[in-house]
Amino acid sequence: MDWPFFIESSIAGVATGALYSLVALGFVIIYKATKVINFAIGEIMMLSAYLFLTFAGTFGWHPFVALPLAVIGGGLLGGIIEKTIIRPMLGEPPISVIMVTIGLSNILVGSAQVLWGGGPRVLPSFLPKQPIFIGDLYISSKLAYSALIAVCILACYLIYFRFSRGGVALRATASDQAASFSMGISVPKVFNFAWIFGCMAAALAGVLVSASGGLSPYSGGMALSILVVVIFGGLDSIAGALIGGLFVGWIETLAGALWGGEYKMLAIFTLLTFVLVLKPHGLFGTKEIERL
Amino acid sequence: MRIGDAVSTYRGDETIFRTQTQKIWMGILVIALILFPFISSPYMLFLGCMVGIAVISATGLNILVGLTGQISLGHGGFMGVGAYSAVWLADTFGMSLALTLPLAGIMTALVGMVVGLPSLRVKGLYLAIATMAASVILHFIFVHWESVTGGNRGFNLQNAAIFNIKLDSDFRMYFIIIPLAVLAVLGTRNLLRTRIGRAFIAIRDRDISAEVLGVNLLKYKLMSFGLSSFYAGCAGALWAYFFKIVTPESFPFETSIFYLAAIIVGGMGTVLGPILGAAFMTLVPEMLKLMTELVGPILPNAQVLLSPVKGMVFGLLIVGFLLFEPHGLCELWRRIQRFFRIWPFKT
Amino acid sequence: MTDTILELEGITLSFGGLTALSDVSFKVPKGKITTIVGPNGAGKTSLFNSISGFYKPQAGKIYFKGKDISRLNPPARAKLGLARSFQNIALFRGMTVIDNIKLGAHSHLKTGLLSALFYMGKARKEEMALREKVETKIIDFLEIDHIRNLPVASLAYGLQKRIELARALAIEPQVLLLDEPVAGMNREEKEDMARFIIDLNREWGVTILMVEHDMGMVMDISDKVVVLNFGRLIAKGSAEDVKNDPEVIKAYLGSGNVSDLRQRLGVETIEG
Repeated sequence: MDWPFFIESSIAGVATGALYSLVALGFVIIYKATKVINFAIGEIMMLSAYLFLTFAGTFGWHPFVALPLAVIGGGLLGGIIEKTIIRPMLGEPPISVIMVTIGLSNILVGSAQVLWGGGPRVLPSFLPKQPIFIGDLYISSKLAYSALIAVCILACYLIYFRFSRGGVALRATASDQAASFSMGISVPKVFNFAWIFGCMAAALAGVLVSASGGLSPYSGGMALSILVVVIFGGLDSIAGALIGGLFVGWIETLAGALWGGEYKMLAIFTLLTFVLVLKPHGLFGTKEIERL
Repeated sequence: MRIGDAVSTYRGDETIFRTQTQKIWMGILVIALILFPFISSPYMLFLGCMVGIAVISATGLNILVGLTGQISLGHGGFMGVGAYSAVWLADTFGMSLALTLPLAGIMTALVGMVVGLPSLRVKGLYLAIATMAASVILHFIFVHWESVTGGNRGFNLQNAAIFNIKLDSDFRMYFIIIPLAVLAVLGTRNLLRTRIGRAFIAIRDRDISAEVLGVNLLKYKLMSFGLSSFYAGCAGALWAYFFKIVTPESFPFETSIFYLAAIIVGGMGTVLGPILGAAFMTLVPEMLKLMTELVGPILPNAQVLLSPVKGMVFGLLIVGFLLFEPHGLCELWRRIQRFFRIWPFKT
Repeated sequence: MTDTILELEGITLSFGGLTALSDVSFKVPKGKITTIVGPNGAGKTSLFNSISGFYKPQAGKIYFKGKDISRLNPPARAKLGLARSFQNIALFRGMTVIDNIKLGAHSHLKTGLLSALFYMGKARKEEMALREKVETKIIDFLEIDHIRNLPVASLAYGLQKRIELARALAIEPQVLLLDEPVAGMNREEKEDMARFIIDLNREWGVTILMVEHDMGMVMDISDKVVVLNFGRLIAKGSAEDVKNDPEVIKAYLGSGNVSDLRQRLGVETIEG
């Protein structure tokens, strides 16, 4: 066993996992508040990356201006989607809601193809380039810095949701909509807020991921890994999203490094199968109880 | 204009075609279906066969998703199983379609029932994910089990025949596909008249109550998966016979989404819905292609835009129908019928 | 001495630290109407759920026609002839009235998949026989022929409750458990329902076990009344006997004795 290689791959995996955790957090916020499984989250990541490309590349703005703008853009996109498409679907059977977000992802992919063409693009670089060495171990600096940013933002989100009024409102709505409504919390606003914030997290992750891996209208496909993360961690669990993200990122990268890129998908699907068989609601998810 | 029906026996109340008018329309439809291949262009005949196959598959998916309420993202994989089974049986054992079709269906049904096992423990999203995982695993098998499936190159069908008649033209395939499609639809309609159809719907609406009333959830959920997969397998087999080749890319994950969209757009849980939906979703991309050619001279870029526009239109149809017409084309059709029922008298 | 068709022996049910039922024993006479009453929270629905098999009591046994059914699950009990209606209407919204009723008879039918798909011979005969039976015995009896082909979701509450009863009848039950059959109904609907219950009992010989709050109806139609309070059985007998039982009066109205009340509430007296 080539230990240095294993450790390097593991570090890279955990770093990727930090980005996954960020997206998963966004996903869980959306699910907790509105009970919607956002299959289009990958496409929101992709479009935000394209926004960054346009702001920093085409318009030539400074990356430190383009990045927040792209993130806000992604958040706004989420807010618009919630208001126009998700809100009317409140109360519809699960399959309808799932299909709506799948239909949405098709629309977004098509839009990206039309607006920016189908070919792969490279983002203007904004992360330091020289490789980082811990002893003899190599870490891609883009990945390392991305992970660092992701962790900082994750911390901000967690603090915000724990202590601020917005965060409390979100947690209240997630646990009991009717009660929150009667307490004066504007539930529709919370829905919208959840989508904006959730998509902002995804947007940031989207830009960071594309910074390392390139961008195309099909980049949204990575949301599959995110799906595994949230199933593993539990759809409504923030802790699950964090731990799940790191774990899945680690496993996926390791599988790819040890056996080849094709085995990444097999690895995470095997993980998924185990979770579904043993603990379908995820490590930390809450089991739904059906009343008679 | 119809004002109620004059049915005087229980038997009359339970039949499918109740009035004389309905029977006449059905007769006309049958004649039209028979004459179609004689008067249509090759392109239209091709489309007719494609629609026929899609109808069989969509009707099958509707049994599982629309009637029994189980979410499945594995339909494409099932069609693949049917396709590969049929081709393998035909070329390895020299069997005719009369055998390969039902056998492929049965093999797919068995796979379907295994994939359906999680439905006994989980519902909703989790079941969707489980079926999606199954679909990925099936795809993996198609690619890697080279001895049987021919791997990425795929499998060419040499022996496409039924009772020693070579099935080498769309014309001949049409007369296999369409009658089977009619049988498939009638079968579903019949189910709804018996305790099996009722059991399926009861499971969809409130499975705990169904269980208390004596419906064995295990048996009927697996039956639904099995039956639905049988339909998918047959559709896949017909597809293989039609194109004479099957590869792992013949039934990608998008196929499952396509059929879900078809039954949503058509109207879930109805008998007419999958027919309308399958036809609509098959024909819309073709119409877009036509429009692109027409618009070509004016917009030189049109060809490039076709692919993304197809994707966007697909997504827009799903979202649009779910938002504005959740009961699908079927409901739209019923509204039109209702309108014309009282039309001369409505101001 | 009438036969006992259903017997409960020492049923004790607790959820965690909360005891819902405590050593409840009584006999349900065959062919009669027995009602379970008690203040809110007395454990009536828990008792029902235990009898139909949704809850497994920690102690005690349930005998149906002399056989111990304590270990059977709900569908198995249904097959033996123990049918139940639900407090929240549990009709299948995607089906018509008649299809809902026909579903009740599901376990008595035999049609298999293949004959269903082709609807020939056996399937058709069985369906027609079922239709015949449902129409004459249930639909005519409950006077719902005018709505038989309507989707259940479009009907008024009172009618939906009646269809629930119809569906339970399709099981051809020997004992019918009715959970608050007239809850939420107006005077007329209650009288109609009471009439149906009595007819069911007298004409079809179905043993009825109901949970009910409407005392007027309980007194009018019950042959035997069982009173629960705080999970214990505090009285049983004919309606008259039970009405005048001091324990029952105390349970519903209180005894008028303040120290008694304080004792029950576990409260210290403020002044000596």
